Amino acid sequence: MDIITVKNLYKVFGADPAKGLALVKAGNSKEEIYEQTGLTVGVQDASFTVAKGEIFVVMGLSGSGKSTLVRMLNRLIEPTAGEVWVDGDNVLTMNRDQLVKFRRSKTSMVFQSFALMPHLNVLDNVCFGLELDGMPRPQREERGMDALKQVGLEGWEKAAPGELSGGMQQRVGLARGLAMDPDILLMDEAFSALDPLIRSEMQDELLKLQDRHERTIVFISHDLDEALRIGDRIAIMEGGRVVQVGSPEEILQNPADDYVRAFFRGVDPTGVISAGDIVRDNQPKVIWHTPEGSPRATLELLNNQDREFGYVVGSDRKFYGVVSTDSLRDLLEAKNGKGNIEQAFLEAATPVQEGECLQDILPQVASHLWPIPVVDENNLYQGVVSKNRFLRTLYRAGNDNGNGNDLDQ
Amino acid sequence: MLRFEDQIIPLDSWINQFIDWLVEGYRWFFQAIKWPVEFTLTGFETGLLAVPPLVVILVFVAIAWKSSGFRLALFTAITLVLIGLLGLWEDTMITLAMVFSSVFFCVLAGIPLGIWAGRSDRFEAIIRPCLDAMQTTPAFVYLVPIVMLFSIGNVAGVLATIVFALPPLIRLTSLGLRQVHPELVEAGFALGATNWQVLRKVQIPLALPTIMAGLNQTIMMALSMVVIAALIGAGGLGSPVILGLNTMDIGQATIGGLAIVLMAIILDRITQSMSHKNNTQGGD
Ligand SMILES: Nc1ncnc2c1ncn2[C@@H]1O[C@H](COP(=O)(O)OP(=O)(O)OP(=O)(O)O)[C@@H](O)[C@H]1O
Ligand SMILES: [Mg+2]
Repeated sequence: MDIITVKNLYKVFGADPAKGLALVKAGNSKEEIYEQTGLTVGVQDASFTVAKGEIFVVMGLSGSGKSTLVRMLNRLIEPTAGEVWVDGDNVLTMNRDQLVKFRRSKTSMVFQSFALMPHLNVLDNVCFGLELDGMPRPQREERGMDALKQVGLEGWEKAAPGELSGGMQQRVGLARGLAMDPDILLMDEAFSALDPLIRSEMQDELLKLQDRHERTIVFISHDLDEALRIGDRIAIMEGGRVVQVGSPEEILQNPADDYVRAFFRGVDPTGVISAGDIVRDNQPKVIWHTPEGSPRATLELLNNQDREFGYVVGSDRKFYGVVSTDSLRDLLEAKNGKGNIEQAFLEAATPVQEGECLQDILPQVASHLWPIPVVDENNLYQGVVSKNRFLRTLYRAGNDNGNGNDLDQ
Repeated sequence: MLRFEDQIIPLDSWINQFIDWLVEGYRWFFQAIKWPVEFTLTGFETGLLAVPPLVVILVFVAIAWKSSGFRLALFTAITLVLIGLLGLWEDTMITLAMVFSSVFFCVLAGIPLGIWAGRSDRFEAIIRPCLDAMQTTPAFVYLVPIVMLFSIGNVAGVLATIVFALPPLIRLTSLGLRQVHPELVEAGFALGATNWQVLRKVQIPLALPTIMAGLNQTIMMALSMVVIAALIGAGGLGSPVILGLNTMDIGQATIGGLAIVLMAIILDRITQSMSHKNNTQGGD
């Protein structure tokens, strides 16, 4: 279910936004409009939806409009045109009181610079939103302590924010957001100011929190690895436009344009693309009808097709094993032309799950001669990942020069 | 031939006519300004003079002790006793009453105006030249119309002092608000604060050290107006100075000046340490 729906959202900064809006809609570029009128187009024609419980990452270069976009979701920045719907409510038609209520109950925000109040201690910072909402001190402190515990900062409640390290300060910022128990957490480059080690620790923390209590998170980032790591879906922004929205795999595999492709250059795709994404059903399948199977017929089949390996599946497509011409020949020799096909299965040929990423299946792909069989969670055979295909995928993602996939055998 | 023996342009009498007209036509307006000032001033004055000097001294010493510490408390005690021994007690209390009243009205007007200026660029743009004018115009220039409109005396003195001492408080309140990091204000709004809550729970607490510095300046400037105010008949420590100068009684002028300087030191130290305290409480 979608919790946020954004339709044709625009933001033009400057004295006469209406004029800028007309110019953008007439197809003028951001640069042209700036030169002609001095108006800045922050966001143009953004449309997307965010599903309940997902981590939606908005990614783009500096100045591409990410912060503007996320601030229009809770109207910290007033949109010039368009619609924002949250949980069925039109955010842009809310009056001041409704907006305040909306911000207190539905959303919360975490900032790049932490934005902790220096005149309040850690606990009061965490309770700040609850205090604004008029919650009595004992209740809000209880909630605040709970939020601090969630981010692993119990014992620090009386400290001043300035006494904490950057990572800890952002934990406080996160706790402040969590204390309000919002449906939606807006995070504007929340981890960008942290050093890489702390950053990945915080990402883990966020994913862990997400495991325990599913919230919808709109996460702004300019760090691709971060986006791929935590994002269920990613929106890519360029020059105020949302140029592509999709799962990390979709975007990696089918970048919408050169901008997106350029963005992904140099990413390690093995952590993102899964076996299921590149699986091919192009190997000889051997259906196991009779109890013994038919080793001789199978060998015949492989020889005829000039293939070395066969994939044995049940009539229900369940995967059983891999046989090779060698293993079949050995079996037939040992048993005088008889024997169960099971005895010809290559022992090391275990299947991988389609959800496993390339990184995980790399050892298998690299160490075996046969294409690695891929099954789904019900053990149904999906196809194989060959060395060739594996390498091609890496090559394509690394070099972004398109369609190598048809060349597979 | 121009000999300039007679006045051709009777500007002075025009101005007199204008002032007369103003006073006649708008008496209610000037009364409305004068009345609360007079009320506050007499309140402070009778209060300070009615209480036995020892009590006043003890209160000041206690405030000094609390805000700063033993040394300032000791200095305050010695100074106030010395002033009493010099026979300037009553003048000092009148001066304090005038300083307190003008600072009271400065705070009443200056902090809201400063907050407004801090939150609105347009208002800041309007008020800035006014403040410049108030600060750069020599006090003597507006003493004249003030005397004409309010006649001589303590009230006119306080009004002149307000004009002179108000600008730094407005300026520094506005500056303090503007110095608050915009992300903190944004965070306030994002967490569901109303305008008023952002002002009260984010902007003012964070601007407080700067506002206190403005208050300190306002108090100092109010005190520095004491001698000038005495020119238009205001009482207090300015009058022995003016009187001494007029009668060539250098001794009397000097002890008046000395008392002013000592009071300035005490008030400055007390307000400064107050603003420092605020500073470290909000410290990061
Ligand atoms: N208040 C403002 N007034 C005028 N222009 C603005 C304002 N805020 C943002 N912009 C402009 O809008 C565009 C988008 O800015 P935005 O801050 O949303 O980018 P961003 O993607 O968040 O960048 P960064 O990664 O640097 O944070 C930029 O060209 C910026 O200059
Ligand atoms: Mg930004």
